Amino acid sequence: MHLAYPAVLSALLFCTGLYGVLARRNAILVLMSVELMLNAVNLNLVAFDVWLSKTAEETLHSGQALTLFTIAIAAAEIGIGLAIVLAVHRNRGTSDIDRLRDTAERHDTDGPDHDAVTAGETEKAEATA
Amino acid sequence: MTLAATAGLLAAGPNARAAAETHGFLSPTGVEIAFLLVGLVTFGAAIVTVTTRQLVHAALWLVVALGGLAVEYLLLTAEFIAWVQVLIYVGSVVVLLLFGLMLTRAPIGRSPDADSGNRWAALTVAVAAAAALVWVVVDAFRTTWIDLDGPAAGSTEATGASLFQNWVLPFEALSVLLLAALVGAIVLSRKAKAEAATAADSTPATRSRTDRSETDRSEKEGTR
Repeated sequence: MHLAYPAVLSALLFCTGLYGVLARRNAILVLMSVELMLNAVNLNLVAFDVWLSKTAEETLHSGQALTLFTIAIAAAEIGIGLAIVLAVHRNRGTSDIDRLRDTAERHDTDGPDHDAVTAGETEKAEATA
Repeated sequence: MTLAATAGLLAAGPNARAAAETHGFLSPTGVEIAFLLVGLVTFGAAIVTVTTRQLVHAALWLVVALGGLAVEYLLLTAEFIAWVQVLIYVGSVVVLLLFGLMLTRAPIGRSPDADSGNRWAALTVAVAAAAALVWVVVDAFRTTWIDLDGPAAGSTEATGASLFQNWVLPFEALSVLLLAALVGAIVLSRKAKAEAATAADSTPATRSRTDRSETDRSEKEGTR
């Protein structure tokens, strides 16, 4: 098999996940896009490990071992990420990452939260207009 | 008769296994065609995952994309990784994501604000990155071929041997990381429960709701 097939597929999947991370608004959809990006990396690792294990004399099978590690780290990441999203949802009542603007620079000094939200949204509307 | 059949199977076994090892299930062109078709399905499912406006459908299309990737691993003769992919991703990660969608009370049906306002900027960045990556990768590996004949590169035996000969220390460190992640998830959930319990007297409806989601959370931890 041509090595370009899995490499191109993994690049396309990575960019799909990149679009999802940048464009999605719900935090859980962002986590799904992160999973897509991690899977693209896994496909790349597996393809190059299969290529190297047939080409080189002695390999450590590092690609497949690192793929297993990536899968385990992704499982840990999704557990912690969902716990954080659920905690944020309990405290704020939303999982919308556009509304979590506590660390953003706000124009008024200590206004209430919804003022900051509306200011941010009007600023976004001005930016998109 | 059973003994004879067993003996016949044993006699035919090594030949059949050798034939399977040398030729595999598909011819090399068949492997390429299957890889392309499954890759198209996987890519389409990934596109639908990041563009659909129905949140639960996004998780279900993610199942299709991850299952397609498992088939790609099988075609690349990495069978252990393929079954681990099916077990971990399709089996548990998607279930965790669906639990998360339910616990955050995601809207069933179309939600008009699934995409944020910077969709076109994100599309520009993604298309530019895809063009650059595909160009560089195709240009770099234009004359490189994977030899898929012979014994499988990613059989359970080969993967296990390399994992426990060369990668023992990272493997153990990874188990510690998984333990830390488990403890962290429980701690995050418990702190939310304590805060909810202190503020529970004023709003008993909130109390019951958070308790229910807490039990769901602990069940999910148990399954994970």
